[in-house]
Amino acid sequence: EVLSGVVVITSKDTVQHQGISLTMEGSVNLQLSAKSVGVFEAFYNSVKPIQIINSTIEMVKPGKLPSGKTEIPFEFPLHMKGNKVLYETYHGVFVNIQYTLRCDMRRSLLAKDLTKTCEFIVHSLSQKGKLMPSPVDFTITPETLQNVKERASLPKFLIRGHLSSTNCIITQPLTGELVVENAEAAVKSIELQLVRVETCGCAEGYARDATEIQNIQIADGDVCRGLPIPIYMVFPRLFTCPTLETTNFKVEFEVNIVVLLHDDHLITENFPLKLCRM
Amino acid sequence: MAAFPWHARSRNYVSESEVCKLESVPLDFGDYHPLKPITVTESKTKKMNRKGSTSSTSSSSSSSMMDPLSSVLDGTDPLSLFAAAADPVMTTATMDSTRKKRDKDDSSAVGSDFEPWSSKRGEILARYTTTEKLSINLYIGSEKGKTTTTGSAVSEKVRTRLEELDDLEEGSQKELLNLTQQDYMNRIEELNQSLKDAWSSDQKVKALKIVIQCSKLLSDTTVIQFYPSKFVLITDILDTFGKLVYERILSMCVDSRVSLPDNFSPESVNDTAKETCLNWFFKIASIRELIPRFYVEAAILKCNKFLSKTGISECLPRLTSMIRGIGDPLVAVYARAYLCRVLLTEMMERCKKLGNNALLLNSVMSAFRAEFIAARSMDFIGMIKECDESGFPKHLLFRSLGLNLALADPPENDRLQILNEAWKVITKLKNPQDYINCAEVWVEYTCRHFTEREVNTVLADVIKHMTPDRAFEDAYPQLQSIIHKVITYIYDFSLLFSVEKFLPFLDMFQKESVRVEVCKCIMESFIKHQQESTKDPVILNALLHICKTMHDSVNALTLEDEKRMLAALINGFIKMVSFGRDFEQQLSFYVEARSMFCNLEPVLVQLIHSVNQLAMETRKVMKGNHSRKTAAFVRACVAFCFITIPSLSSIFTCLNLYLHSGQVALANQCLSQADAFFKAAVSLVPEVPRMISVDGKMRPSDAFLLEFLCNFFSTLLVVPDHPEQGVLFLVRGLLNVIQDYTWEDNSDNKVRIYTNVLHLLSAMTQEAYIYHVDKVDSNDTLYGGDSKFLAEINKLCETVIAQILDHLKNLGKEETLKRQSQLALSFFNTILAHGDLRNNKLNQLSVNLWNLAQKHGFADTKTMVKTLEYIKRQSKQPEMSHFTDLALRLPLQSRT
Repeated sequence: EVLSGVVVITSKDTVQHQGISLTMEGSVNLQLSAKSVGVFEAFYNSVKPIQIINSTIEMVKPGKLPSGKTEIPFEFPLHMKGNKVLYETYHGVFVNIQYTLRCDMRRSLLAKDLTKTCEFIVHSLSQKGKLMPSPVDFTITPETLQNVKERASLPKFLIRGHLSSTNCIITQPLTGELVVENAEAAVKSIELQLVRVETCGCAEGYARDATEIQNIQIADGDVCRGLPIPIYMVFPRLFTCPTLETTNFKVEFEVNIVVLLHDDHLITENFPLKLCRM
Repeated sequence: MAAFPWHARSRNYVSESEVCKLESVPLDFGDYHPLKPITVTESKTKKMNRKGSTSSTSSSSSSSMMDPLSSVLDGTDPLSLFAAAADPVMTTATMDSTRKKRDKDDSSAVGSDFEPWSSKRGEILARYTTTEKLSINLYIGSEKGKTTTTGSAVSEKVRTRLEELDDLEEGSQKELLNLTQQDYMNRIEELNQSLKDAWSSDQKVKALKIVIQCSKLLSDTTVIQFYPSKFVLITDILDTFGKLVYERILSMCVDSRVSLPDNFSPESVNDTAKETCLNWFFKIASIRELIPRFYVEAAILKCNKFLSKTGISECLPRLTSMIRGIGDPLVAVYARAYLCRVLLTEMMERCKKLGNNALLLNSVMSAFRAEFIAARSMDFIGMIKECDESGFPKHLLFRSLGLNLALADPPENDRLQILNEAWKVITKLKNPQDYINCAEVWVEYTCRHFTEREVNTVLADVIKHMTPDRAFEDAYPQLQSIIHKVITYIYDFSLLFSVEKFLPFLDMFQKESVRVEVCKCIMESFIKHQQESTKDPVILNALLHICKTMHDSVNALTLEDEKRMLAALINGFIKMVSFGRDFEQQLSFYVEARSMFCNLEPVLVQLIHSVNQLAMETRKVMKGNHSRKTAAFVRACVAFCFITIPSLSSIFTCLNLYLHSGQVALANQCLSQADAFFKAAVSLVPEVPRMISVDGKMRPSDAFLLEFLCNFFSTLLVVPDHPEQGVLFLVRGLLNVIQDYTWEDNSDNKVRIYTNVLHLLSAMTQEAYIYHVDKVDSNDTLYGGDSKFLAEINKLCETVIAQILDHLKNLGKEETLKRQSQLALSFFNTILAHGDLRNNKLNQLSVNLWNLAQKHGFADTKTMVKTLEYIKRQSKQPEMSHFTDLALRLPLQSRT
């Protein structure tokens, strides 16, 4: 694909310059979370940005630009370095995939060089083929829970539901239904928690960190028993990308259904998701 | 005490009137005149309002308050101005302007088919109020995120914005407790204002935050009775927000200065606008809490139009099911209400698709605007027919439909079919209560759109259904309402009574109180709508029957008010009856009416007046010269009055009617009859009680008596003496009655009457009287100034003066000196006006009276000065030179 646009230069007087160039850069930045710094300190230092793309073109040869507004159109082909893959733009906490376009105007020694940077977004092309929907039915009862200290003290409840698919198209919302069939304690709130799991690592070891992206309340208060409540969540742009697995890092997503009962019991059910762009 | 002979001043009334008459000045059309109707132009108010609303849209809140004082100075009618601003909840002009703008939106977006939200809104705000303390939970986000996005990359900008959204949820919570309702409303209005401010200063995120905060308030149901009003206030803000977003995106669609047509398709929307729109939806989709997310999305739902044609209807089911997540049923119901309000049209489409649900249909029919229902009446009838009877009775559905049709008109061509279809069902209803509830509503539709023939059919059907087993006994309110509707639409009474079944219908009202109510209702309508008098025998018979019913309901227990009301209705009817030139028929109608309505005194009074009027009418037709036949007729009229008056219980009514009828008799040359009236009046005077009841309170009667007597005196001037009775028989008789009447102690009324008698007697001595009755010779002509007659009068005067002076002497006590002074002055004035002051004795008397008036310092100096000035002025008139001397003899006592 070709990145195209115009560079606009506005000035009152004529501008003397030593050439204008455009630089395209794309890189993956990996960072370790604070909690893992101690353990992997040595490793931390070794994490370097992984460059995906870097190329420069000369737009204008040294010379003068007339006064007023000058528009210089450009077209920039996106060529990969070697056999590297062009990942989608992604802004996470520990993994950042960013593409920028920088325009430099070099000037004489007396004047500072002028630089302007602009981020551009890369969406991968739609994957060919049909996505197989993978519906999930779930039932949550005190018995299904793990990680419970005193199972006896739990109020009785039965929550059923389904997710239409855990294979999700990133532009389509996550849908499903949830029914509180019965619950001894009053429901305070039911939330959908979208979590990304970023894994950075290589041969020496890896760090896996889960962070919340967004939290959507789907029920507020003690809802009607037996009435299906819709599960519906739009994937936020920029904070999600198709699930990504490379040798150096992974970006995966999960959704938690969180039921908060009035006696402050917190019930969480986790579903890994696979996002893709169609 | 020496007797003072009276010498009346001779008067030339013709020349006096010429001197005194005011010059008449022609008045031009545009000139000022105090009696001209005041015209108020309202146009200015409207202009003012418009100005007010436009200036307030520019988000300056305080400047646009209307100043009622300045507008009054502008010449605007303060009442209409008040009415314009009468909405009790409109606290600021800005609020007003948003409301107006929204009104416009509503009508343009949803069409006029729906009951405008604005009218409901006001109702809700007025109805749901509270005195309890309220609290607002506001999360005031920190100010750090003030859009510092200039120059940074797009992603950063978006990130900051999203972070701000997070801020909002984690920001400092500020709880405002103990707010009164007014404080609360002000607070919300402030938020509304800051929303607009934020928007106009391009702080879109802040605007969104405010909206989110506001919608969060809707999850709090602590003061439940205020919740509806809170809902209204907050949805106002949401509406504002939705509108701002919509307009913003719309303005982005303006390509090369051509704005989009109203019904644009998403294809004509450019990418930037679409992207912005999408962005809003993404932002809202990431709102953490359910209730704000729901409300804010609903608020900007209209923006889906920019993205796809079916967007709104696709969102609707999702938003609807989203509400299931709201646990509090009240909050959930209001959320649904908001969704319906935003998306009326789409809702209706869905209802239609669902169909066949009786309860839903009924809700639709009762909630939507009548015009909307009416336009689709045939559809509705179809749907009702298909409904399942078991869930919700059909007659209720027909009733709801009928209610709508009573308010709005269905298409012309469908009207008869609608009636037929509906009535087919209604007439089959077995239960009389169900039947009448339906029929009651549909009668209005029938009256509204069809002729008397159809109304007759419907009434006949009702009679048929309600007569068996006396079913009507349980349905009086409905039957009454039917009558009410019929007479509202058919107010031409000749048409009304041509509806054959109308009177049989009335027969169903067998309980007297209800019957009388219905009669009253009919008579009210008659009085209100009948323009011309009538002699239509059908109307007369029917209405006489109705009036008789009302009259017969009067008994000893009937309240005064009720009686007054019935009498007023019957009187209204009597006044509208006229047989034109057929006076005899008219009189016999009055005679009949008298026998029918004898228990209601006001009706009898009206009848006497009517008969008197009839006599005068006859006189007018004959131009004063009665033929033998008309003379006999007039005497019949007079006789009618004479025998009717004694049956009245109110003594003053009798007195005045005697006098009035006597005048009429006199005017019609029925001298002996007139004498009889006056004699009757004279002999009734002693029976006047000292206290009478006026409007339920006991009042002294002397003021009324004084008034009546003065009136009587002026009539007596022209009444000729009866040849067989002595001179001034009536006047003497009246004087005797006055003399013997037991007057209130400590009152001067008797003497006041005597001074008035002096006026009468002075007028009687004149050569030509001041006025005459046409074709009746008064005493001036009869006696021709005969000295014996004059002597007789003077003797009377002497007696009267003696009485007055006697009374003045008796007032010489300390506590009555003030009254003495007043009476003396009044007597002085009488002498001045009517006495001949060239007579020394009279002259001396007047000087004495003048001095007496001033003697104890009770005289009003101003009055005395004015009187003296008058005398001096009069002295310049010809033949009045003796006043000069008089003036010199009247000293003015300065009060020191």
